[in-house]
Amino acid sequence: MFQAFQQRRWPLVLLWILIVAAIVAAPTLLPVFRLNQLGMFLSLSIVALGIDLIWGFTGLLSLGQGIFFALGGYAAGMYLQLNSSADNPNGIPEFFSLYGVDRLPFFWEPFHSPVFTLIAIWLIPALLAAVLGNLVFRNRIKGVYFSILTQAALLVFFNFFNGQQKLINGTNGLKTDVTQLFGQMVGSAEMQRGFFWFTAVMVILAWIFVRWVVRGRFGDVLIAIRDDEPRLRFTGFNPTLFKTIVFAIAGGLAGIGGALFTVQSGIISPQEMSVPKSIEMVIWVAVGGRGTLVGAIFGTVAIQFAETFVSEVWPQSWLFFQGALFILVVTVLPEGVIGWFKTDGPRNLLSRVGLARRLVTYPQLEIDGQDEVQP
Amino acid sequence: MQLLFESLFNGVAIGSVLLMAALGLAIVFGLMGVINLAHGELIMLGAYTTYVVQLIFKLPALQPLYNAYVLVAIPLAFIVSGVVGILLERTVIRRLYGNPLETLLATWGVSLILQQFVRSVPLAQAAGVILALVMGFGLPLLLPDQLLTGPRARLVRAGSWAVSALGGVLLAGGLASQISQIARATSRNVDVTAPKWMRGGIEWMDITFPVPRLVIIVMTIIAVVGVIWFLNRSVWGMRIRSVTQNRSMSDCLGIPTDTVDVLTFGIGSGLAGVAGVAVSLLGSVGPNVGTSYIVGCFMVVVLGGVGNLLGTVIASFAIGLCTDLIGAGRLLTIWPDMPAPLEQVVSFFATTSMAQVMVFTLIVVLLQFRPAGLFPQKGRMVEA
Repeated sequence: MFQAFQQRRWPLVLLWILIVAAIVAAPTLLPVFRLNQLGMFLSLSIVALGIDLIWGFTGLLSLGQGIFFALGGYAAGMYLQLNSSADNPNGIPEFFSLYGVDRLPFFWEPFHSPVFTLIAIWLIPALLAAVLGNLVFRNRIKGVYFSILTQAALLVFFNFFNGQQKLINGTNGLKTDVTQLFGQMVGSAEMQRGFFWFTAVMVILAWIFVRWVVRGRFGDVLIAIRDDEPRLRFTGFNPTLFKTIVFAIAGGLAGIGGALFTVQSGIISPQEMSVPKSIEMVIWVAVGGRGTLVGAIFGTVAIQFAETFVSEVWPQSWLFFQGALFILVVTVLPEGVIGWFKTDGPRNLLSRVGLARRLVTYPQLEIDGQDEVQP
Repeated sequence: MQLLFESLFNGVAIGSVLLMAALGLAIVFGLMGVINLAHGELIMLGAYTTYVVQLIFKLPALQPLYNAYVLVAIPLAFIVSGVVGILLERTVIRRLYGNPLETLLATWGVSLILQQFVRSVPLAQAAGVILALVMGFGLPLLLPDQLLTGPRARLVRAGSWAVSALGGVLLAGGLASQISQIARATSRNVDVTAPKWMRGGIEWMDITFPVPRLVIIVMTIIAVVGVIWFLNRSVWGMRIRSVTQNRSMSDCLGIPTDTVDVLTFGIGSGLAGVAGVAVSLLGSVGPNVGTSYIVGCFMVVVLGGVGNLLGTVIASFAIGLCTDLIGAGRLLTIWPDMPAPLEQVVSFFATTSMAQVMVFTLIVVLLQFRPAGLFPQKGRMVEA
């Protein structure tokens, strides 16, 4: 702990204490409605952790994380629908009868099994991410081209899920809040409280996992890819492999986040794959601070709550705030909030208003703290 | 034969709208390397400009000239989108040159703001704001240099902005009092009615060609020829190309790179406005009209090869033809007795949105073989 303070990491420690305290206190302090919201935002922060991993550490800006998020959500939704449709005619979910379908589409079959579903939630998105990523990285497509292609892929999946009523209920999505799990209704207050605890634990586990990935040699390679990929290639590494792996990990995390989000929001629909939703995910990480894992979690929860409160007070105005946030965060706060604290932001602000001594050297060196510089 | 012509025409029509929308993007993205996600919203502004111009021409005083409103709307849309684009370049994008990912995020923020702007600000007031901006930037260019460099330069500048603001307020008030449709803010979609001569179609060889589509094709041809002429033959076009190829060397040779940036961005944005006129003739106009085009536009530019106008032209027609062939189920009519499994696949993709799925998948497959697009730029950089 003392070492953390020494290395100017006290904001991080403070944030962690705040986060854990908030999670422990939340179920008793918050009404179920807000607790449910906090749970949804925490599950979104798992997605943000994945984005931070690929963008903050590896420099790949994906605008298509919504694909993996929604796939995880659909996997959970399909299992829940099947689990509670045994009494329906034909034993298939109710919405199928609207479109005159009387046989379950083949890809629904394995989702009868809870074990398969638990694996599919993260494995299907991860595999898809690995395939998509490999196709793109193999050709050394990077930077903005990667972003544009992920956006196009997102649109492809959106159109597909939106248009196929007979396979997955199209634009209406799958409802989960009236389905059964362990003999209880998923939307009930008891279940939601349980899901909140589960989500909170999963966020911390995801954080530990991503931290383990970015520390150590693997993480060093990721940062090298971000900072100078050609040089890394000339050193004998194969960036494609690393990028594919890390993109798959981010996809899997997005899938887990999507499944947790779905059981708490009560519905998964193609809207989760729309273009704005996926870009919004990027801003959570940008505001919290790229390359700081706590920042991703903090940014997600803070912005989502800001959106909720602003929309409650001034309906329709959130887009103005969100737009301004995008512009501000890239022009004024490129390192995000956590990064601002880390890079002497408070001290610079104080010196700007004349309360602290200005630093004279650039880049700021250790000698700044000393009174005289020895020649 | 007739089928082939009809299919070809439809494909070219879809492709020319796409090309019109992508042309501005090809200039901004291809020549400047700037990712502008607000491009779709510049198209939207052009479409709304057409709507407002159309309403103005419905006023009794201008009623006789109603048939010509499209001709007025085109330059106005160019100016409106161009000025908003220049403002965007001066305030936001300029700070972010060399950081494409940051530019992408910032311009997305701008696009959100613009979308909400047309939802919550009455169009009459929006027109006033834009007139004030156009006059504010335009007046100093018209005034003689002595006034702008003389001892009272600040006073002159402040005065010109005051005059512009007054003009904007007068326009907003006038429009709001005369035309009730745009006096209040609305997030509903609006419809642009085409003038009489643009309704219906021309029959030729038993095929009906809808006139709006023909007009758009003609507009596109003029725009493409104009842009190619401008870039290759005019002085400023050559300056733009030289800055694209080597910024620091152009700077050394005395080319004002700053002005070139503004000009390039202004022209690219203005073309988005003209594309907006075309879009408004095809369907209803709403705050989200731009979003539906933006991803397609980027795919056109990426497929054609960044920085290559000819590639953009070919790519947009290729995408247009493919979309039409797959989406309208023409493959089935062209080849009626195709094997059953193939037929199932083809009819599965025979809707507009599923055609988009297929086309984008094809593009990603194609990029496997030509990662830098159909017509890549040659270079020796490690970071191509």
